[in-house]
Amino acid sequence: MRVGLHRIVSLILGIPLAMNQLMAQDRFPRPDFESEYSKPPINTPPPQSTFYEYLDVLILFLALSLASYLVLKKRSRNQIFLLSLFSLAYFGFWREGCICPIGSIQNTTLALFDAGYFIPLSAIAFFILPLIFALFFGRTFCAAVCPMGAAQELVLIKPHKVHPKVAAVLGLLPYAFLGAGVLFAATGAGFIICRLDPFVAFFRFGGEFKMILFGLLFLLVGLFYGRPYCRFLCPYGVLLGWASKFSKWHHSITPDQCTQCKLCEESCPFDAIDKPEPILSADEQKQAGSRLGKLIISTLVLAIVGGGIGYLVSMPMSKMHPTILLAERVMAEKNGLVEGTTLASRTFHESGKLTSDLLTEAQDLRAKFRTGTVLLFIFMGLVIGLKGIGVFFKRTNLDYESNRTDCFSCGRCFPYCPDEHERQKVLDQQKDLYESIG
Amino acid sequence: MSQKNPDKPISRRDFINTGVRIVGSVCLGGLGAAAIVKGGKREMVWQIDPHVCVQCGNCATTCVLNQSAVKCVHAHEICGYCKLCGGYFPPDAESLNTGAENQLCPTGAINRTFVEDPYFEYSIDEALCIGCGKCVKGCSAFGNGSLFLQIRHDICVNCNECAISRSCPSGAITRQPSEQPYLIKGQERPA
Repeated sequence: MRVGLHRIVSLILGIPLAMNQLMAQDRFPRPDFESEYSKPPINTPPPQSTFYEYLDVLILFLALSLASYLVLKKRSRNQIFLLSLFSLAYFGFWREGCICPIGSIQNTTLALFDAGYFIPLSAIAFFILPLIFALFFGRTFCAAVCPMGAAQELVLIKPHKVHPKVAAVLGLLPYAFLGAGVLFAATGAGFIICRLDPFVAFFRFGGEFKMILFGLLFLLVGLFYGRPYCRFLCPYGVLLGWASKFSKWHHSITPDQCTQCKLCEESCPFDAIDKPEPILSADEQKQAGSRLGKLIISTLVLAIVGGGIGYLVSMPMSKMHPTILLAERVMAEKNGLVEGTTLASRTFHESGKLTSDLLTEAQDLRAKFRTGTVLLFIFMGLVIGLKGIGVFFKRTNLDYESNRTDCFSCGRCFPYCPDEHERQKVLDQQKDLYESIG
Repeated sequence: MSQKNPDKPISRRDFINTGVRIVGSVCLGGLGAAAIVKGGKREMVWQIDPHVCVQCGNCATTCVLNQSAVKCVHAHEICGYCKLCGGYFPPDAESLNTGAENQLCPTGAINRTFVEDPYFEYSIDEALCIGCGKCVKGCSAFGNGSLFLQIRHDICVNCNECAISRSCPSGAITRQPSEQPYLIKGQERPA
């Protein structure tokens, strides 16, 4: 009640409340104590030591090196799995899932667009290291270092195939999520990749109800469909896929020459094994050539259409930015379009800031959003077009090979290859065993 | 692939792959360098600016931690040691004693101890404080504003995007350099 009175007084005197709060510090004199009393100091516990962040980078580097060694040289699915359990324990539950390379996309973007933001060196290292490793060894980060991938590996008990058409459509989501994540980070609207992190609530043993629900959904789906987050949402996976496509070395199903025995055909729960494609005849090549022309043109059309759509939806998209949302609310209140006030608009009015400044700021942001959204939708048009080309023009592999873009290098297919048994001398051991039994 | 055969020219695929790999590495290096140059080398942590804070109460409920990392901090330097403390007593308090019915704090996290007539010391029991900001509102409205909310860095996990900063209506929560992780009232002005 007295708060109300106080406000009324300050309004009558024409002093904004914010000013009042600044002045509030000297409302009462500071006492001179006659007794021995001394004022207690303020306890300010320091932030977590940055030592941990550098330790994280070191462990990330070591884990990536070990993962690459296990995938390419040792070829041991069990050891890859053990390493992924370690990563789940360390990066997930011990370090509570933050910072991770997936989220570091946004830190890097924000650092490039906002001069006022200081990016920690560890965030840059987290962004770059797995990509460099992917350029040389494939997605070994996904195999055994990513805690989110490890969590999904752990729950995958009864793998089913996703229908190829469904997988193709869902496979576009990571590109959209990557684009949106970059757009929102660049405009300062927030870190949506972190907001939609399904497992961080589990790593911290607590979080918003909807976040826990979102994570449970992924874990439930993950029981039957392998790594749903990695395949159909992870924005960092897009970048890793691009890097891995051109990797110098890569996980291979067989340690030797493929004999096309087809034993590995169904071994991959992530549909990342490419089957041998017959080499096209001269006629077919000619047909393919004219089809490629059409596909390239339709890709360009898709990009242009995408740009148009982006222009149209940039206004609704920009409402995701808190400043634009506030500016629209303030204007709506001023023009009598809405009744009442929100906490944000009340706070704005009490702060004594000028409405015109807010509107100018919102206008600048809208322009940025328009450019960004148009670029985002052009990008999506190009992605859809290029994916279409990819459907018709597969890489002409003669053997069963892991798809360099999609393969997580998890090593599940290793034991399916008879050459691998030969390499590990499993057959000899079994022979010895049989002979010893008699 | 790594085998060098002088008779066989390098295949087109290998050539493209190597090219992309080199360009990719250079781009990543450049990106990292650009981020460092444009950004900076200072570590950042989240903190509340007590002068911008409006004590809406979101801090108590929107932190990702079960127990919010935001707590009330008391700058005794600027406290008036009032007998009638606006942060301790609700405006309609029956009597000025430590009876539970007379306390503004919903968890009884403020200790009121007698110093000398007419002064009382108020201190925060951080284990009980939930960061609701009720006492801060009272102290800012009637007193010297010596009670204020701060993110406690022994609890804060320094999320990439602070959940309370997203819900803060006044934009009071920003990244601060980790060498000065607290914004203490009364210490911002030269003494």
